[in-house]
Amino acid sequence: MNKYITAIFFIVFSSQVMTASETPSELAKYVAYTNISDQASLQRGAKYFVNYCLGCHSLEHASYERTGRDIGLTNDLVEKNLIFTQNKITDKIISSMDQQEAEQWLLAKPPDLTLVARARGADWVYSYLMTFYKDENRPTGVNNWRYPNTAMPHVLLPLQGMQAANFVNNTDEDGITRKEIQSLSLIQDGSLTRQEYAIAVQDITNFLSYTAEPMQLERKSIGFWVLLFFIIFGLLGYFLKREFWKDLH
Amino acid sequence: MSNKPQGLLSWIDARFPLIKVWEEHFAKYYAPKNFNFWYFFGSLALVVLVIQIFTGIFLTMHYKPDANLAFASIEYIMRDVEFGWLIRYMHSTGASAFFIVIYLHMFRALLYGSFKKPRELLWLFGMVIYVALMAEAFMGYLLPWGQMSYWGAQVIVNLFSTIPYVGEDLAIWIRGDFAVSDSTLTRFYAFHVAAVPLFLVFLVFLHIVSLHAVGSNNPDGIEIKENKNADGVPLDGIPFHPYYTVKDIVGLAVFLFFFSLVVFYMPELGGYFIEHSNFIPANPLVTPDHIAPLWYFTPFYSILRAIPDTGGGAFAMLLSLGILFFLPWIDQNPIKSIRYRSMLFKVNLFVFVLSFFVLGWLGMRAPVPVYSEMALRFSELYFLYFVILWFLSKPRPRLISYMYFIFLLGIITLYDFMRVNEDTQVLVSIGWLLPFLFLAFMFLLPMFTNINEDRIVPERIT
Repeated sequence: MNKYITAIFFIVFSSQVMTASETPSELAKYVAYTNISDQASLQRGAKYFVNYCLGCHSLEHASYERTGRDIGLTNDLVEKNLIFTQNKITDKIISSMDQQEAEQWLLAKPPDLTLVARARGADWVYSYLMTFYKDENRPTGVNNWRYPNTAMPHVLLPLQGMQAANFVNNTDEDGITRKEIQSLSLIQDGSLTRQEYAIAVQDITNFLSYTAEPMQLERKSIGFWVLLFFIIFGLLGYFLKREFWKDLH
Repeated sequence: MSNKPQGLLSWIDARFPLIKVWEEHFAKYYAPKNFNFWYFFGSLALVVLVIQIFTGIFLTMHYKPDANLAFASIEYIMRDVEFGWLIRYMHSTGASAFFIVIYLHMFRALLYGSFKKPRELLWLFGMVIYVALMAEAFMGYLLPWGQMSYWGAQVIVNLFSTIPYVGEDLAIWIRGDFAVSDSTLTRFYAFHVAAVPLFLVFLVFLHIVSLHAVGSNNPDGIEIKENKNADGVPLDGIPFHPYYTVKDIVGLAVFLFFFSLVVFYMPELGGYFIEHSNFIPANPLVTPDHIAPLWYFTPFYSILRAIPDTGGGAFAMLLSLGILFFLPWIDQNPIKSIRYRSMLFKVNLFVFVLSFFVLGWLGMRAPVPVYSEMALRFSELYFLYFVILWFLSKPRPRLISYMYFIFLLGIITLYDFMRVNEDTQVLVSIGWLLPFLFLAFMFLLPMFTNINEDRIVPERIT
C-alpha cells in the first residue's frame, strides 16, 4: 500500500520539477532568501516599504496593527515609525497617492503589493528591485531586466546607485540576432554598498513575503501537531483493524 | 445489537426503520473479504464531500459574492477570520483532493470491471456525480475572482458559443452578460453553494443505494452472491461493520495525513492546487499570457486544443467525457477483473492511463507545435482505448483484426494528410509512429503470440 501512495505523491510532486524556466541564467542568479521568522529583517523591510514604496503602492489587505504585531512592534512603535499619514493604527496600509492621478503620471496604476510575493514569487520581487539599469529611451530614465519596460521609476536609486547593462548579441536558431543583457554593472555609487543594498532588498522581499501570507508561521507550527495526531490516530486505527480482522479466515 | 430493541430505540424503531437501515447498510451488508488498496477511495470521496460541505458553509459566512468585493473578502478570510486560512485551505485542497480520490475510484472500476453487469446504473450514477463535480469545481473556481478564475471561466463559457446556431445566445445566457461579470459571479455562487451540492448529495445517495442493492465488486471480479451458505450469507462476504468500518479508519488516517501535509505545508502545491496568477484580482482588460485550467481539467483541455478547429475540439472534448458513460456497453467481455484479462487488456489500460497523465501535463503548458502534436497523438490513444476495449469483448477472427488495423490506421493517416504541410512534415511523421506502433501491437502481434488470451476465472475469490 505504501508503494502506491509513494508512487502517487511522486507523480504529483515531480511535475513541479518539470516546469520549464525561460529565465536567462544570469538573471536567475538573483535569488531571494526569505525567512519570515527573522523579525529584525521584517522590521527593516517594513521601514523601507513605508519610506520608499508606500508613496505609490498600498498593502490594502494588511492593517498597521496586525502587521506591527506580527513583525514584533508595539502599536506605539508602529505609530511613531511606520505611520506618516493621518491614518489610525487600525487602518489598512493604504497609499495616500490618488490612483487616477498616478495613472496619468506614470501611465500605469501602481499595483497593490500585499500579494505580489505570492503572485509573482519572492525571487521575482527580489530580482526586480535588483535589476534596474540606465536607459535614456525610457521616460523614467531607467529600464528593468526582470520586467522590461516597467513604468516604475527606480525609487531606490539613491540607495543602490545607477547600473548599466552589458549587452551581447545572441543569434537564435532561426538566425535572428537579438541584443540581450548579459549582466549589469554599477556605474554610479549609491549611499549603500552593494552588499548593504542586496540585504535591504532581501528585507523588502522578506516583508512582502510576510504580507502575502501573514499566517505562514502559525500554519506550519499547527501543522506539525496535526500530522503527529494523524500518525497516532492511524496507528491506533491500524491496531484496532488488526484486532477485528484477527478472527477472519 | 440485540434483536429486541428496548427503550428509546424501540420507540424510534416503531416509527422509523432504524435497525433495518442499520443492518441493511452496515451490520448485515456483506462486502467481499478481499478488498485491497483501491477500495479505500469510495469512503474517502464521502469524507471529502463532508469536508467540502462543512468548510464551504463557513466560507459562505464571510465571502462576498460581488465582483468588487469578492477578492478582498477572500483575503479577509485568510487574514482576519479566526482560522479562516485553515478553512479556506481545507476547501481549496479539498477540491483537488476530491478529484484525486475520484480519479483513483474510477480507475479502480476500470481495473476490476466494476461498471459491468449488474452495476451499469451504479456506474452511470457515478459518472453523473463526476460531471456534477466538474461543474461544481469550475463554478467554485470563479468565486475568488482572481485572474485565473476570471479568464478560465471566460475560456470555458466561450466553448459553449462554438455550438452551431444557438451557441452565442447560450453563452450569453450562461454568463448573464456579454462577458464574464458580476452577474456571472452571483449566479455561479448560487449554483456552487446551493444547487449543485444538493444535486450531488442526492446523487451520492442514489449511488450508495444502488451499490448496496447489487453489492460490491472486488479485485477478483467474482460475484460473492453466487456462493451463499444455508442462511443466505455470501461465503466470501464479511459484514461491512465492523470489518470495513475499522479498515476504512486506517485509510482515512493515511488520507488525512497527506491532506494535512498539503493544507499546512504546501497549500498552493507549487501552483497546482492554487494557481499563482489567482493572487492577482480579476482584470477584464488584461489577458494573462498563459491561461491554464486547474490540473483536474487539463486532460480534457488538451483534447480540446489538440484539434485546431474550435468546434471540432469542443466536440472531441465532449466526446472524451461522454464516452465514459458508455463503458458498460463498450466492454462486453464477461471477465471483470484485470487479474484474469489478457496482456492486451493490461497494456491498453496502461496506455490509457499514461495518455491521461500526458494530456494532463500538456494541458498546463503553452501549446507550442511539439506539444500540440503530442496532444493530438495522445488524444488518439485516449480514444483508441475504448475501441480496443470493445474489440477485446470476445475472440475475433484474424480477418477482422486486419480490417480493424487498416481501418483505424487509415482514419488517422487520412487526418494527418489533411493537416500536414511542409513545416510540420517531420513532426507529423514521427508522431504517426505512435498510433501505428500501438495499433500494430494491439491488432497484429496477437496473431503470432498468446498475449490476447484471457485467463481462467476461479469459482471463488482468492
